[in-house]
Amino acid sequence: MRLLDQQAIDDIALGASLLGSGGGGDPLVGKLMALSAIKTYGPVRMIDASDVPDEALVIPAAMMGAPMVLSEKIPNGQEFIRAFQALGKYLGKEVYATMPIEAGGVNSMVPIAVAAQLGLPLVDADGMGRAFPELQMVTFHLNGISASPMTMADEKGNNVVLEVINNVWAERIARSVTVTMGASAMIGIYALTGEQLKQHGIHGIVTYSEQIGRTIREAREEGENPLVKLTELTGGFRLFRGKTIDVDRVIRGGFNRGIAIFEGLDEFRGSRLEVEFQNENLIARIDGEYAAMTPDLICLLDMETSVPITADALKYGRRIDLLALPCHPSWRTEEGIRSVGPRYFGYDCDYVPVETMAERRGLA
Amino acid sequence: MNYRLGIDVGGTNTDAVIVDEQLQIIASVKTHTTRDVTTGINQAITRVLEDAKIDRKAIKYAMLGTTHCTNAIVERSDKLLKVGVVRIGKPATLSIPPMVDWPDDIVKAVGGQVHYVTGGHEFDGQEIFPLDEEELRSVLRNMAGKVDSLAIISVFSPVDRSHEERAAAIAREIMPGIQMTLSSEIASIGLLERENAAILNASLYEVARTTAQGFRDALAEAGVTDALMYLCQNDGTLMSIDYAMQYPILTIACGPTNSIRGASFLSRRENAIVLDIGGTTSDIGIVQQGFPRESSLAVEIGGVRTNFRMPDIISIGLGGGSVVREEDGQIRVGPDSVGYRIVEEAMVFGGSTLTATDIAVRLGLADIGDKTKVAGIDQAFAERAHRVIMDMINEYIDRMKISRDPMPLIVVGGGSILAGGEVEGVSEVVKPVQSGVANALGAAVALVSGQVDEVFSFENISRDEAVAQAKETAAANAVKAGAERSTVEIVEVDVIPLAYLGNAARIRVKATGNLPGVNAGAQPG
Repeated sequence: MRLLDQQAIDDIALGASLLGSGGGGDPLVGKLMALSAIKTYGPVRMIDASDVPDEALVIPAAMMGAPMVLSEKIPNGQEFIRAFQALGKYLGKEVYATMPIEAGGVNSMVPIAVAAQLGLPLVDADGMGRAFPELQMVTFHLNGISASPMTMADEKGNNVVLEVINNVWAERIARSVTVTMGASAMIGIYALTGEQLKQHGIHGIVTYSEQIGRTIREAREEGENPLVKLTELTGGFRLFRGKTIDVDRVIRGGFNRGIAIFEGLDEFRGSRLEVEFQNENLIARIDGEYAAMTPDLICLLDMETSVPITADALKYGRRIDLLALPCHPSWRTEEGIRSVGPRYFGYDCDYVPVETMAERRGLA
Repeated sequence: MNYRLGIDVGGTNTDAVIVDEQLQIIASVKTHTTRDVTTGINQAITRVLEDAKIDRKAIKYAMLGTTHCTNAIVERSDKLLKVGVVRIGKPATLSIPPMVDWPDDIVKAVGGQVHYVTGGHEFDGQEIFPLDEEELRSVLRNMAGKVDSLAIISVFSPVDRSHEERAAAIAREIMPGIQMTLSSEIASIGLLERENAAILNASLYEVARTTAQGFRDALAEAGVTDALMYLCQNDGTLMSIDYAMQYPILTIACGPTNSIRGASFLSRRENAIVLDIGGTTSDIGIVQQGFPRESSLAVEIGGVRTNFRMPDIISIGLGGGSVVREEDGQIRVGPDSVGYRIVEEAMVFGGSTLTATDIAVRLGLADIGDKTKVAGIDQAFAERAHRVIMDMINEYIDRMKISRDPMPLIVVGGGSILAGGEVEGVSEVVKPVQSGVANALGAAVALVSGQVDEVFSFENISRDEAVAQAKETAAANAVKAGAERSTVEIVEVDVIPLAYLGNAARIRVKATGNLPGVNAGAQPG
């Protein structure tokens, strides 16, 4: 057990926004919500998954919808509490702890705000080890755990409880509710027992986010470029450096979707990078050839500071480094690739791990 | 012959320069910035006109780059107006109040009057709730007499600004004559940053008014009666003086931009590192294609986060007046400086404080003051001290560079004598003559801009065609504002999708170009 203070929250927010791989929302909004919650309610206790009793109930808390919406329509603050308490009440069981469902600027922070407000501990685990755009894209789903009953709440005061036949339907129905709520909703989902969490969660992810954030922060304080240390820490590859020349995006079906195009700089001069995203970056092509693909993490970092850039913050002229990281091994199983691989998102190609492609390009 | 008058007000110096149609410098002066700023501007204009000996009516353009607004914010000046902040979007947004991460003293300076009103829009243009006009009226009546200006911020106003506009109409009824900033007029998506910019803008009206009035009066008094008046913006472009009074926040940080553009222009290098060494600090920036490299971080102004585009600058505590001392066998230079008292305190001027300038004179890098007064400094000590100075410069140049390839280094500013000897990782060191007035020259050669902010439907036209069309209109607007067509370039493109109109988007484009009378051969590069 340890207490999360302001410095820890700053580092977690920064590191989680890298693992958000372009999605996961504006780290500033998430961070300010978490910080103002601990300012009011005191620091949050973080525990390991192994500290949770097998029978205890753990409910992940998250925001669902288009991240760009959140940086404009900031939450009221009560909708998390309503979504979370509604699920506890529905299950008729005392909630032992909360946790993040994914790593990202907002969804790493929402559970901290909830934990602070309700005085619950935060478990150092999630169900993705990164961010993904859909509700069934979690390790719990791969292991047959039901997303429902799930609850949703908006800032206007609307609450919804869903009982659905499977997790894909949970995604479909919840997505259309989210759009109706204004493309942003707070959810309580994948209620877990301590035993399930221990078996199927991705453990230590909050601490890992904090390590990444600390690496970036400390390198910046030292005036060094954090890229080398980041690739060492994460086992990732720097695939491209360039300048944003076009971003085409649209909010459709409750997601930010689009494509960003970059012109190479330095040793990549003359090359062209395209990154397609659906909240998260899904595919990176360099000069028309695949360079990295989902479920591996495609991360764009500000060239000067190595601060991660979300897809909705990309702007004409912005200079970036592309860092691609191998995903958690759970996603490289047959079921994992079927759930979150390139074909699921409509790309006509087989998944090739980033390290294999990097090797082909002579980078590994 | 037509002329331009460029003026730059910095923290220490107020500079003025007159250039002709070929952008050749006819006259230039450097004066001290005065506490009230305006006196310094008057002095600079008077003196530069005396030197130039030209018909004052032949000055057709007068450009002012000033720190008035930046200083007012940074110093939490009592000239900042008390702003009534009206955030429309309740019940959304309440988890993060306005100004929550601002330093306390600036919140106090702008009054900290925050009110929430029910309303605002969703991403697709539907209302979250209709604007609660009764609530708004009661909020406004409550604030009447307690605030000097208003900042009105509605959720998703870049998509639909109707609630901000309706609120403005009601505010004009209840608080007649009050000045106000609508957030949708100055920034895009991102509520907190747009709100910050709107609040700062609304707090600056009085500072802007006195600045503009001072500039007008100074020109009139000096007999410059036929000039179009402009204020410089942070992106290296000009605003008409009337526009600047509406949007004073856009003058923030124009100084570093002018310095970098002026240095680039003087040295005829479009891609280079620019080192501006002043009396107390040095600024290092990068010029790319004649424009400053932008910082991609959110930029803080006096501790307030905004999303304006600003030049990427590192400041270090090294200048001509930096104090040199030895402690435990280690030589240290700065960060403390004798500043403007250098003419009394530095040894070459008969003072008793050892400064970086004394070291440069001792080593024969400059001939300033009385060099016999520093002859007693040990040669080896002076060399070690200079090594420390060059190590500081080299370290920060290395930090600013993107690649290992050497680039030219342009050194400007009053302290440029310090940068002697070897600089690492640069292809050449250029010290342009008249480098002391790079900022004022940057103002004189600033560009005019044209903008487009329109909703396009993609029913009959593709997105690419719409963007192309918007770019053309922006370029035409720049020409209308006075730019020469052959020099117009697109500098900013922002496409905001509007799902509620079917397949449509709001497209914002900015184009810039040179004022006429510029001989193309006189441009840098």
